[in-house]
Amino acid sequence: MSLLIWIVALVIAVTAGGWLFRFVGQTATGNAPYFRDMTVSVAAGYVGSFLLLAWIAYTYVSGQQADPAEKNKYFFFFIAIHGFVAFSIMAYFFRVLGTKFGTEGSKKMFRQMPLTASFGIVIIFAYAFVALFAGQIAVSSIVIVGIIGLAISEILRRIGGDKPAATSAAAFAFILIGMIIMYFVGPIAPYGQEEILGAANVVPGGDPALGGNPDFPLGTDQIGRDILSRLIYGAQNTVGIAFATTCLAFLLGGSLGFLAATLGGWLDQLLSRAVDALMAIPSLIFALLLMTIASVWSNQIGIPLTYFMIVIIAVIDATRVFRLARAVGSSIVVMDYIEAAKLRGEGLTYLIFREILPNATAPLLAEFGLRFCFVFLTIASLSFLGVGIQPPLADWGTMVRDLAQFINFAAFAPQVAVTPLLAAGAIALLTVAVNFVVDWMLHKSSGLKE
Amino acid sequence: MSALLKIRGLKIEGRSDEVWNPIINGVDLDLNKGEVLGLIGESGAGKSTVGLAAMGFTRDGVRISAGSVEFDGVNLVTASAAVKRGLLGKRIAYVAQSAAASFNPAHKLIDQHTEAPVQHGVSGRKESEADAIELYERLRLPNPEEIGFRYPHQVSGGQLQRAMTAMAMACRPDLIIFDEPTTALDVTTQIEVLAAIRDIVEQFDTAAIYITHDLAVVAQMADKIKVLLKGDEVEEADTRTMLSAPQEDYTKSLWAVRSFERPTKPAVQTGATPVISVKNVTAAYGKVDVLHDISFDMHEGRTVAVVGESGSGKSTAARCITGLLPPRIGHIEYMGEALPLDYRKRNKMQLRQAQMIYQMADTALNPRKTIGEIIGRPVQFYMGLTGPQRRKRVEELLAEIELEPTQYIDRLPSELSGGQKQRIGIARALAAEPKFIICDEVTSALDQLVAEGILKLLARLQDELGLSYMFITHDLATVRAIADEVVVMKDGRVVEQGPKLEMFQPPHHPYTDLLLSSVPEMDPDWLTNLLESRGVDNIGDAAVDKM
Repeated sequence: MSLLIWIVALVIAVTAGGWLFRFVGQTATGNAPYFRDMTVSVAAGYVGSFLLLAWIAYTYVSGQQADPAEKNKYFFFFIAIHGFVAFSIMAYFFRVLGTKFGTEGSKKMFRQMPLTASFGIVIIFAYAFVALFAGQIAVSSIVIVGIIGLAISEILRRIGGDKPAATSAAAFAFILIGMIIMYFVGPIAPYGQEEILGAANVVPGGDPALGGNPDFPLGTDQIGRDILSRLIYGAQNTVGIAFATTCLAFLLGGSLGFLAATLGGWLDQLLSRAVDALMAIPSLIFALLLMTIASVWSNQIGIPLTYFMIVIIAVIDATRVFRLARAVGSSIVVMDYIEAAKLRGEGLTYLIFREILPNATAPLLAEFGLRFCFVFLTIASLSFLGVGIQPPLADWGTMVRDLAQFINFAAFAPQVAVTPLLAAGAIALLTVAVNFVVDWMLHKSSGLKE
Repeated sequence: MSALLKIRGLKIEGRSDEVWNPIINGVDLDLNKGEVLGLIGESGAGKSTVGLAAMGFTRDGVRISAGSVEFDGVNLVTASAAVKRGLLGKRIAYVAQSAAASFNPAHKLIDQHTEAPVQHGVSGRKESEADAIELYERLRLPNPEEIGFRYPHQVSGGQLQRAMTAMAMACRPDLIIFDEPTTALDVTTQIEVLAAIRDIVEQFDTAAIYITHDLAVVAQMADKIKVLLKGDEVEEADTRTMLSAPQEDYTKSLWAVRSFERPTKPAVQTGATPVISVKNVTAAYGKVDVLHDISFDMHEGRTVAVVGESGSGKSTAARCITGLLPPRIGHIEYMGEALPLDYRKRNKMQLRQAQMIYQMADTALNPRKTIGEIIGRPVQFYMGLTGPQRRKRVEELLAEIELEPTQYIDRLPSELSGGQKQRIGIARALAAEPKFIICDEVTSALDQLVAEGILKLLARLQDELGLSYMFITHDLATVRAIADEVVVMKDGRVVEQGPKLEMFQPPHHPYTDLLLSSVPEMDPDWLTNLLESRGVDNIGDAAVDKM
């Protein structure tokens, strides 16, 4: 009951503060339109946000000044604050760099980019970097990437012209240079993901006096594996598999959706009803069911369960992509330029790839970002439930489950209790970052200006 | 008496490419109570921007940079949001171009009508509903008692536009802004809306700003006319003075557009094979016949204008000819040979011969392709030209449509003006080197000066290349300018056809007569005279229904 009173009191105080803030603003600026037309709720929002920031700053300062044992409890809080500040600064400079280099078009794009999108892109780059270079780079993989890059650029040059070919060649060259550098630098992860090191349950923080170990800055799990290394390898496994799955889902759903939109008629009916039927089943339960069947098959045939998982999740998520592609496609198909192309006698391939697809890229890219997050969460959920990525491979979903018992230490050792949340936090951060970027892309493609 | 609305030195800027560009460069405007000001100019002249600014409102990415908008002593530019809320909807109302897009389809008309008076505390819900019914009656809407309880999709376009005017009147405002309220309507429907608006504005002594690009319409509605060009005021004068003695060259050129007319061609030789011949075509969407036994011929080097209201089957006839809608009965002949009915069964040669130019150049050109690609594709597809040869041909075509090739070939459609886009549509049709082109309302989305340019271009191309055109339109002025033969359609039937000169001479089929007499003329007394001669109950939809 007293909690309720506190909440009510806080709301009243913040609202009153908001009113006061607006009043002071109005008086100080001589009733400028900004303060004049401000509603009390907006003003209260300013005050509330300010209080929250002040509270965070107070916690940070008091934590920094506490004695070592107490300070160690704030270990992850400090990491979060430092990380947030560091990435925000990086995002700012990333945007500044973008406005200075590149073509006229790309400079303009960066100038109009909100800081959140820049933040998201920097985070995604960081994840991609960590995922790519978690382990030691093999010479063979450098060669393979080089060959793939050449092939894709050549294909693009033949079907799409010189411009996309040059872009893809540049991107691959960038990745190759990075791989060669990292080949000599060595792996990012200090240890292997399956490596069992001496001590189990080492406390995070790296202070030997408090049960930590400087060799394992984030501590070790119950069987003595380095949590930091497993987090880094988790990026590789979870993000890599999610990316492959999303690509497959788009290939399936996108092509079928456009086909249904262009041809219409019975094919459209058949595909749409089939998709309806699949969507009627709750997706996670459906995935669990199929994974259970697949786990039996994978033992019999000898194909790793991961491949089954990629296909199953891709098919389930392709239904959502199908819906979008069909909706976007059918609004494009009715355009006069499609009719003109049909009357010219153009074939289906030309219609879909040269007339429809270029006009559907913006919503599809935005959906790709969101779909990637959903796939990623599904994989993590399946792993958490024990049917996803199989141990000993490190995976964020599995890590949350494995470390879950540490939550019980929350009362006296918060830094230990946070360890299962690290993997969850990594998932959350990537999801937020992707959404920042997607929001920006949607905003751009919807034609809204400033 | 001080003016109701006083705009002084109004400057408005719009943001594009990260800089503020001027849209309006200092416009002054005075409007007294009960006065109607016509605001005219081509698209992009800033008519709507000024209209909205008169309410102290700007669209997103647009700002008022200087000047004042004083409404009854209140400067709307600097007024607070609360003050504006008290005025807008109550003392200043707005009628948008498309009533169909402006009404909320989820609510009944009368619920939307009563919202403003109830919100502003002008009257209670009951009184407001009674008042709505009275207004509907005054605007001569059919069944005024009951029409308000329909949803927007259940009434016709002309009725919806009148219901919107009634809604604007709900609080008895002092000022109404009409933003092209009849542009999207047919000529016969337009009259009923014009008559209704003029009546009600007079009855309540309301001041109005009437925005349009149609000079004949503004001549009927306005007491005085202001002409805008690219954000600058060209001139302002009393309606009659403006019409009889325009001062500026630009205004004179606007007035002169309507005088373009091609010389009459000699009659077709008897026995000549028509390029396209429509033979007894009956076509249906689903099970409903929309075309009934249609026949007409199109000869080489001549233009056949197909005239009629929306829904009369003009465009459907075009779809039958192109093969998009295979006729149920009858067939299409090309140079005396029957064409396959379905376009999918026609070969490349047959597809090439009949090309189409669309009404909306925006949707007719793929926004993601450059002009070179758009025109180059049919060149490559039909003529088999690639690489430098293809580029050379595209440049030739661009020169043909009077656009500088090197300047336009790599642009995207969004970087062109409306008239230029329509020219690209023409070039794409020409690229196939056809004998026959269907022009589907190609000028109706364009300003009069630009439309005239397109018509002249089409006429020149016809003389040079011997093309034959099927020209679909609802604008009789266009027909007069370029047609050789006229086909009048109504409800999927051809009601009358023949050479143009015959068609514009009486006696007419009554429907042709109705169409011809419904086209607004520049004479400011035209509407008054028409209403007197026909009676208020014999215009618009009512007259069409009586046919």
